[in-house]
Amino acid sequence: MDRLLNWRDRRTVYRRIIEYALYENIPGGARWRYIWGSTLVFCLSVQFITGLFLWMSYSPSSQTAWESVYYIQNEMTCGWLLRGIHHFTASVMNVLLVLHLMQVVIDGAYKAPREINFWLGLGLLLLVLALSLTGYLLPWDQKGYWATKVATNIMAIAPVVGPALQRLVIGGADYGHHTLTRFFALHAGVLPACVVVLLVWHIFLFRRHGITAKDPKRRPDEYFWPDQVLNDAVACLAVLAAVLFLVLRPWLFHTGEDLGAELAAPADPSETYSAARPEWYFLFLYEFLKYFRASHSLLGLSHEVWGAIVIPGVIMGIIFLMPIIGRWKLGHRFNVGLSFSLLGGVILLTYLAVTEDKRKPAFKAAVEEARRNAHRVKVLAESPSGIPREGAVTLLRNDPLTQGPKLFAKNCASCHRYDGRDGTGRQLQDPPEASDLNGFASREWLAGLLDPERIDSPHYFGGTKFKEGKMVKFVKKDVAGFSLEQKEQLKKVIAALSAEAELKSRRKLDQRDAALIAEGRTLIASEAMRCTECHQFHKPDEDATAPDLTGYGSRDWLIDFISNPAHARFYSKRNDRMPAFGQDKVLDDQAIGLIADWLRGDWYEPSPP
Amino acid sequence: METHDVPQQPARRNFIKKTCAVFVGAVTGLVPAISGLIVFLDPLRRKSQDSDAVLVASLSSLPADGVPRKFSVIASHTDAWNRMPRVPVGAVYLRRIGDEQVQAFNVICPHAGCFVDYDLSKKSYHCPCHNSSFALDGRIADPKSPSPRGLDELDVDLRNGNEIWVKFQNFRAGDKEKIPA
Repeated sequence: MDRLLNWRDRRTVYRRIIEYALYENIPGGARWRYIWGSTLVFCLSVQFITGLFLWMSYSPSSQTAWESVYYIQNEMTCGWLLRGIHHFTASVMNVLLVLHLMQVVIDGAYKAPREINFWLGLGLLLLVLALSLTGYLLPWDQKGYWATKVATNIMAIAPVVGPALQRLVIGGADYGHHTLTRFFALHAGVLPACVVVLLVWHIFLFRRHGITAKDPKRRPDEYFWPDQVLNDAVACLAVLAAVLFLVLRPWLFHTGEDLGAELAAPADPSETYSAARPEWYFLFLYEFLKYFRASHSLLGLSHEVWGAIVIPGVIMGIIFLMPIIGRWKLGHRFNVGLSFSLLGGVILLTYLAVTEDKRKPAFKAAVEEARRNAHRVKVLAESPSGIPREGAVTLLRNDPLTQGPKLFAKNCASCHRYDGRDGTGRQLQDPPEASDLNGFASREWLAGLLDPERIDSPHYFGGTKFKEGKMVKFVKKDVAGFSLEQKEQLKKVIAALSAEAELKSRRKLDQRDAALIAEGRTLIASEAMRCTECHQFHKPDEDATAPDLTGYGSRDWLIDFISNPAHARFYSKRNDRMPAFGQDKVLDDQAIGLIADWLRGDWYEPSPP
Repeated sequence: METHDVPQQPARRNFIKKTCAVFVGAVTGLVPAISGLIVFLDPLRRKSQDSDAVLVASLSSLPADGVPRKFSVIASHTDAWNRMPRVPVGAVYLRRIGDEQVQAFNVICPHAGCFVDYDLSKKSYHCPCHNSSFALDGRIADPKSPSPRGLDELDVDLRNGNEIWVKFQNFRAGDKEKIPA
């Protein structure tokens, strides 16, 4: 055995390597306060390992980035765990970096001959922040997209080189494929390579100079191995436990969120995302910028440049000079005081940013909407038609459930209501001027329309000029006087008319009542019910003066109606203020189709397992 | 390395401490590595896609003399996260072997997976990569052919008199047996 080990040692000098790695002298013996550097090396190693595995499944382009991350997160075995560890280790690492830096400053570990090593450490800090920033964009979700846009726009306000620098970083005039390839190359190639160089140098110098021992020494000197190694290993285990806790938090507390890192809806430059915020460790910079206005300037530079570049730059400069300032006793005290003030400032600004958002109902609503969209796109991606080659962003763009309420709120809710609101759930101040379209063409909705008590209420014709029209008069006078037998017939008419719409939610009901519906159809066409006096029903009638009941509420009927309500088939000249959305090109065919589908409750829902 | 006044190595090593350090260190390091490894091994867990027969061509488009013709196979295909309803998934050679019978071969060479050409003058299939050659009926034509088996024949179904439906499949290259890939 010895001979074999000697043979190996002659060729690999492994004994010297182990000796160098493990038998470092620690004055005063192993202590818990020396663990921070090791935890950071551990975090970086975790990021290298998990990042490498994520790399194997990630595809950087604007049509595949979100999709591949979705696939890692939801389809690949333990993908959520891998991504979660990578994401939360980045968070934890930023905290550890600050702790490490604070300890170095407090202990004066930057003093000669350790100045350059301090600067290397600062370089590593900046590199880790850059890694965090570039990594945030890579999933190409709404959250990362809009937050990173802010960061790169700030880059562009830098005097002279700003615009060119921004173009270089995002790979063109706007965000796209090359933004991702460049950010990915930075995140997985350039920055990690720089980290390795600086880290090796940092550790080499640290070993060269030795640990900055804390006096008084409580015990005799010890080697790094095994006592300090054990301390460090336990600390790394604690870091890992914290990361795993964050990854598993939704499961531990039943929050209903996805396990691991969040994935918002795919990036869409045409969709607002008011919930965009930088990652929590950049919130202080985001909050700081709120106090500076781009319209004001000082010394030829706009306030924004001062807030985003000059002041943070000067502060970094002072931190950089700490080893020189710290040569004097007073200087060292200044450094320690400044560090605590900066940390306090960062905590305060972060607190302000968080509390302001918590107070704002608009932000809460935006977060809620973001959560809904993230959930919805996942449902659509899991549907049998899956993610098309054009990318997952089209799933939400073509989804009636997502787009319908927004289109309704924007185009219809100035007159109509949906369940008393604007479609997105917002209460409106003004009274409605047209009917409430929640449940349009369902039996319940039609029963209300044909109810003498309700037809002229604001829910139906109350806000329109039809309040005084023939239909209202007919319902209020004739229908009100219906005999019991006629009332039974009216129920059949309602069932038949609702069946014209072929609503998805009523399919079973319509199938069950097929005989009743057939009777109702005959009744609508009959003279007894008087419908065809004004409406046409499955038979062309040039004298018809009211909307066509053929296919009433069906997709085609609704699309035609929304496109031009003043068409001879519908209200003709009697149309009351409703715009011809299609004919006047207010909305395109797709948008009208989405509104029609949404009103009809026709969107993809997964079948229950 | 600077020289230090290094302490004497303890005569009796603290065995428990060392074991703990190694154990804790290993556990801590293995968790992220193993989670990555599980994700890396994900493809082993996935089954190959089962394909239904697809309409490839009409019988009338095949010459009556049994000369094969090449056709693309258009079918639904899942590529990781993308689901595509109609895309080219491969190609087949179709040839008539009677009035109402058609033979179909996957164009992929069973040797190493190259695309096999049909040589009209020699009336045989020829692989441009390693010179495998196959007779009209798909069998190995030349004893020196490096391919371990003949061209992979696919199930064909003639529907409605004129429609050729093929159950398109790829098979593992380099094996004597025809094993679905």
